[in-house]
Amino acid sequence: MTITRDRPEPSPMSSFAARLFSRPWIWSYLAAVAVWFATATFTGGKGSADVLTVALTFSSFFVIVGIGQMFVITSGPGNIDLSIPANIALSGALAMILMDGSNAMIPVGVAAAVGCGLLIGVFNYVLIRLLAIPPIIATLSASFIVQSIAIAYGRGLKIKPPPAFAEFTTGRISGVPILAILAVLLAVAMGFVLHRTLYGRAVTAIGQNQRAAGLAGISVDRTRVATYVLCAGLAGLCGSLLAGFSGGASLNMGEEYLLASIAVVVIGGSSVAGGSSNVPGIWGAALFMYLLVTMLNTFGVGAGIRLVATGLIIITVITLAGGKKTGRG
Amino acid sequence: MSALLSPRMLRAALPPLALLVLLVAIWIQQPRAISYTGFNLMLNLALPIALATIAQLFIITVNDLDLSIGAFVSFCACVGATWLAEAPLLGVATLIACVAVYAGLGALIHLRNLPSIVVTLGMSFVWLGLSVLLLPTPGGSAPEWLVSIVKFRMPLIPFAILMSIVLALVVHLGLMRSALGAVMRGAGGNPQAIARAGWSLLRIKMGMYALAGLFGVLSGLTLVGMTTSGDANIALRYTLLSIAGVILGGGEFVGGRVSPVGAVIGAMVLALAGSLLSFLRISPDWQIGAQGAILILVLALRSLLNRAEARAA
Amino acid sequence: MAEHPVIVRLSGVERSFGAVRALAGVDLEVRAGECLGLVGHNGAGKSTLMQILAGTLSPGGGTLVVHGREAGAGYSVLEARRHGIRCVFQELSLCPNLTVAENARILHPTIRGFGWRKTAAALIRGALDEIFPGHGISPFDVVGDLSISRRQMVEIARAFSVTAEPLHLVILDEPTSSLDQVVANQLTDHVRRFVGRGGSVILISHLLGEILETSDRVVVMRDGQVVDGRPAPDFTHASLVAAMGSVAREETARAADAGASARPRGEPAVGLRPSRQRDDRRLVVHPGEIVGLAGLAGHGQTAALLEIFRNAGGGDVRGSVAFVAGDRQTDGVFPLWSVAENVVVSSARRLSRAGVTDPGAEARLAEEWKQKVGIRAGDMADPILSLSGGNQQKVLFARALAAEADIVLMDDPMRGVDIGTKQEVYAIVKAEAEKGRSFVWYTTEFDELKNCDHTYVFRGGAIVDDIPRSDLTEERVLAASFESAEDAA
Repeated sequence: MTITRDRPEPSPMSSFAARLFSRPWIWSYLAAVAVWFATATFTGGKGSADVLTVALTFSSFFVIVGIGQMFVITSGPGNIDLSIPANIALSGALAMILMDGSNAMIPVGVAAAVGCGLLIGVFNYVLIRLLAIPPIIATLSASFIVQSIAIAYGRGLKIKPPPAFAEFTTGRISGVPILAILAVLLAVAMGFVLHRTLYGRAVTAIGQNQRAAGLAGISVDRTRVATYVLCAGLAGLCGSLLAGFSGGASLNMGEEYLLASIAVVVIGGSSVAGGSSNVPGIWGAALFMYLLVTMLNTFGVGAGIRLVATGLIIITVITLAGGKKTGRG
Repeated sequence: MSALLSPRMLRAALPPLALLVLLVAIWIQQPRAISYTGFNLMLNLALPIALATIAQLFIITVNDLDLSIGAFVSFCACVGATWLAEAPLLGVATLIACVAVYAGLGALIHLRNLPSIVVTLGMSFVWLGLSVLLLPTPGGSAPEWLVSIVKFRMPLIPFAILMSIVLALVVHLGLMRSALGAVMRGAGGNPQAIARAGWSLLRIKMGMYALAGLFGVLSGLTLVGMTTSGDANIALRYTLLSIAGVILGGGEFVGGRVSPVGAVIGAMVLALAGSLLSFLRISPDWQIGAQGAILILVLALRSLLNRAEARAA
Repeated sequence: MAEHPVIVRLSGVERSFGAVRALAGVDLEVRAGECLGLVGHNGAGKSTLMQILAGTLSPGGGTLVVHGREAGAGYSVLEARRHGIRCVFQELSLCPNLTVAENARILHPTIRGFGWRKTAAALIRGALDEIFPGHGISPFDVVGDLSISRRQMVEIARAFSVTAEPLHLVILDEPTSSLDQVVANQLTDHVRRFVGRGGSVILISHLLGEILETSDRVVVMRDGQVVDGRPAPDFTHASLVAAMGSVAREETARAADAGASARPRGEPAVGLRPSRQRDDRRLVVHPGEIVGLAGLAGHGQTAALLEIFRNAGGGDVRGSVAFVAGDRQTDGVFPLWSVAENVVVSSARRLSRAGVTDPGAEARLAEEWKQKVGIRAGDMADPILSLSGGNQQKVLFARALAAEADIVLMDDPMRGVDIGTKQEVYAIVKAEAEKGRSFVWYTTEFDELKNCDHTYVFRGGAIVDDIPRSDLTEERVLAASFESAEDAA
């Protein structure tokens, strides 16, 4: 799982395979496939296509928040967004309140959820800059407040999503979940942003060496604020979709997304030390995380073992990937 | 006089000041709360929070962060509500093993130079999973002796206050006033200098993590003694509360600048904030929001002081 | 002095860092009861030598004999301390979050148990009182709250404090760099007292007056070797400066084209007064000029470059700037990127459309500069770290030059670069300057100043001399860099 980007290629014969295996993201896909096979073998292949469809849907949510978190983590050691769960809870509730079950209000609701996320992102960065505090504590204190607002406005919220929105979030096109298609498109778009835009270049540059980036003429501040806002905006989007998917917003629906967002980044082969990230790995890792849970469920393993396994896998991956640089990651 | 008004002194005065402001506000709203019974009620759960905060403080001293302390305290509470009562030997052995696991984590993080955030985030799942295995549904019961210790009713001064003072003093003496404590804090301030002077950073880190584990165990046991039954989710909030408590108490994220007394006060402030809100008839929904706001307020004040200091220099 | 026992003896000690030979066979001995002054220009190898003595670096060759016994591979900081050798490093090694007394305890493991704070406080207070009477430092002050000069006083006092271990030799590396004159004199007085009691001191300083007054014997280093060593009274300020430079070089310096010394008239590109400049001397750079910044390392040259960088586009700096880092790892290279990505990073904006980069144009630009600068990389898509140090440095040059900036700032970029690469880069700089670009070039190597039209010498954060090319001699640069203590005050 180590990053083998700078390994020389052995021979032209195996060059394709070598290139493939030198990609840090390939491992997450291999793991996902292995886990899926194990599940399929156990069930004798019954329903394994369904498993995949469900996995695609749930992974989509992981992917949406994971990409945002990936940009934040990529922007350098110490950068992390802990406000994602609170953000999802508030944005989801806001979307449901605004839509109020009416199809006509769907765009307004989604836009408001994203806008709410963007605002949280701005708030996060204002705290980071003005108070000169580490991102982890800034996003943590912001999340306290956001969570409270979400509780105050979202308690006992029994608004169902508009039928069209529920259909959209749970629907399929020739068997493939719409959400998954959306998330793939998003991943492709963000991959483009990462590799082909000045902004993406700036993020990877400051993530490798913030001082050198400044001296090379990159605006560090502008890049960082954009990154926190982007991440929070995606979390807001995820909040509205999740509310639509699960038949309404609930206060704790964002809970599992804090660890999930970080886990998919780490397992997907991005460097926690920053500066190196890859979008395909997010998908692989998200599928792996979900399929792993499914596999353990199929094996009849309880929730406890599942949690322990998830935690140990993350620790194993990070230990193997090794820590580079210093600083709190 | 000028020394009293130095930014360092003002910074150190912030946590007690925040506590005072809070107490005055409570007194204005509800004078009867400032009494023996009132404090017993208000500070009911302050002690386990303070213990968890101290655990976090040890980790922050060496420039790391523990995102698993809440799950860990929950696990210890679950052990307290099950094995400790049913099979005391097994229970005690488990808790000791927990401390050893913490020391091991410290070693792993130091040797592989890993980001503590990711490792402890992973560990939070492990502890949560273990809790669920141990206690799939809330329940169990704490051993009698534990309950009677924790619920001990002192004359004159509420037990929670007395124990918090004892806790603050003990950790203050151990970390701030002992010869070894100086070295351990030094490892947060200038690790290179400590290593150059011949101390083992590995052993320091393992020691600090083990201490965090120890205080996490104490927090879990106190908690389960008060609630008498366990739950895998009982203390998940503690992760965030403990970090907030250390920072409120004047601790810095890097550089080994921490204050055990401040941290205990910080935990008190966070615990009392809820009471004030209820006296103000503000919905408990806003409780964590208020905690966040207090944290931001104190950080803002501190950053103002730091800037004033930088300008003066 | 010969009757005094030898504390340490180094013979033929060598040490290389990559291609750079920092020490090329040094012979040196320190006897009990002497203060040895050590002088030399940048990169002469002083600090490397001291680190070897202190046990923080291991020698690459030669022998190190301490108290008559050869120190093998196991020689470490702890071993050095056991032999009574202590070193005050240039960068502070105190813990800023601890008090003065606690910092003293860090160094003395035997201070422990009940009442340790009193013991540690008494120890450090005693040392401070003895060395710096009237110091005004309480043992219970937190080090982070002290001024830089007081921190340095604590550091020095701690090095002279004694508990269980013996103390024979204290190495002071630029100990007075942030001390005022009175305190610096207190230190030199103490060094004399300590030496009088039979202790030994190695004193490294850029203040030649201080060296001559304090030392019994002065050793001059140049290019990783000891080139001169005599009793202090045999040296004068002038003869020390002469010994540090090399005669042969001076002649070539004079031979270098003596013409073109008049500065161009008209609007300068840069006219900046360094923030620590007391008088109103300015750092002036005209378009097409190559301006050198000289002086000892760490005397404000990099700070001046950064000031220019920050003020780009303002009144004092007209035009765009690009920065060529000298410390590649911390200021320059993006380690995870390819050679090409590292070259084009500062030009990407110019080549982009609506925020989207243009890989084709970037590749062409990278290839163009690969040719121009002569980067020896098989493929520009190779990772930057696969290149040698010199080639990485060329990449940083290419980055700055490709950015089409009007003013190129160079922060001693030739550190550890082989001579062939250097010559190539000199030619490029000259060619680019002729096209009208300005260069501000901080260098620690005298020879490089010969490429500059004008040279500013920095000391203590300020310009102390400016020298047109026609007047440039190593002696003059050295004399300005190493002012005697009285002149500096």
